[in-house]
Amino acid sequence: MDHHDHHHHDDDDHHHHDNRYSDMQARVKALETVLTEKGLIDPAAIDAIVDTYETKVGPRNGARVVAKAWSDPDFADWLRRDATAAIASLGFTGRQGEHMRAVFNTPETHNLVVCTLCSCYPWAVLGLPPVWYKAPAYRSRAVIDPRGVLDEFGVTLPDDTKIRVWDSTAELRYIVVPTRPVGTEDLDEEALADLVTRDAMIGTGLALAPEQLR
Amino acid sequence: MNGPHDLGGQMGFGPVAPEPNEPVFHAEWEKRALGITLSCGAFGAWTLDESRHARENIPPAQYLDASYYEIWIRALETLLERHGFASDEEISAGHKLQEPAKPKRVLTADMVPGVLARGGPCDRPVDTEPRFAVGDRVRTRNFNPVTHTRLPRYAREKTGVVEAVQGSFVFADDNAHGRGENPQWVYTVVFDGGEIWGEGADPTLTVSIDAWESYLERV
Repeated sequence: MDHHDHHHHDDDDHHHHDNRYSDMQARVKALETVLTEKGLIDPAAIDAIVDTYETKVGPRNGARVVAKAWSDPDFADWLRRDATAAIASLGFTGRQGEHMRAVFNTPETHNLVVCTLCSCYPWAVLGLPPVWYKAPAYRSRAVIDPRGVLDEFGVTLPDDTKIRVWDSTAELRYIVVPTRPVGTEDLDEEALADLVTRDAMIGTGLALAPEQLR
Repeated sequence: MNGPHDLGGQMGFGPVAPEPNEPVFHAEWEKRALGITLSCGAFGAWTLDESRHARENIPPAQYLDASYYEIWIRALETLLERHGFASDEEISAGHKLQEPAKPKRVLTADMVPGVLARGGPCDRPVDTEPRFAVGDRVRTRNFNPVTHTRLPRYAREKTGVVEAVQGSFVFADDNAHGRGENPQWVYTVVFDGGEIWGEGADPTLTVSIDAWESYLERV
């Protein structure tokens, strides 16, 4: 494809922006119109995809996985051995969750997940990735300065905590199982799931203490 | 390729900007961009690896200036043109100007739940035994292909330890270019921060990548 189509290039734009993409709303609308006229896409399918990730598939799924792992040692073992199957047993399967791995924080080691090369993310348990996860600042720094990154999320770890960064360079998708907060012995899975944030399952956060919810 | 996408260890992008209570989408067009991208993937005309490579091929200044959904749309237009489904001329005109290539399938609304729930597993059996075992010391190769690879620059010619044998998977470097799936064993290889970043590295840091077997040499 021609990246330098001068009919459409805005030479005055000092950001070297391609004028075709200066109005994404219009460009994507045109693309959808062309593909629909050609019978290649079904706008109702797009609606269904959007609805799936707005209302059905999101971090609430992953929080249920973590809460069950905290509550049920047999499930935690299964999650360690075969995360894809253990997670599927809760009904969470599919796109960008085909090959899951669960990594467990311990008092000694904190895990952090990144995709330096693109935006690989465990959609089936966390939904679509946040903007920052796909942006250069996080992708560039997570592997070289994870403590600096964590600081920007308000997370400070002891100096001797080991930090393990998982760069998702192949088709394995990682979910972090954070450590269970103290004072949660009496909570059921439903209440525990409320403590599990999206960021805690990426590793840029910790699970909430019960008092943080109040 | 040593493209703008290969960001690990680069500097100058400023702080990460977490957004409290971030919405799933920030604009209506992002919703359509997601749906169109997934719908076109269902044509069966290209692989996820080819689409990743199309994104990497966006010129660096544009790649780094674009939101991720814009990156998706730019790459999608490349793929649609390459495979005969839609041209830049048509998209700029906003109307169909010629007949498209025939897709293997068109994703309709009724197919969406099944397609998303199935996903696209890319583990494949191989005839060979894994060449490396857990605990083996390995060195990543040093290469700079102009084609697709999933070995990041920061992790080339580095020595680490095999932590897990993860199974055998479609080899992205070949599959992105229509050279076949050619599955290989994939290993999680963990490196000390100091091996990768040298002087001044965080002594508590280890970094792992998931590496196809041909990325690795025995130490």
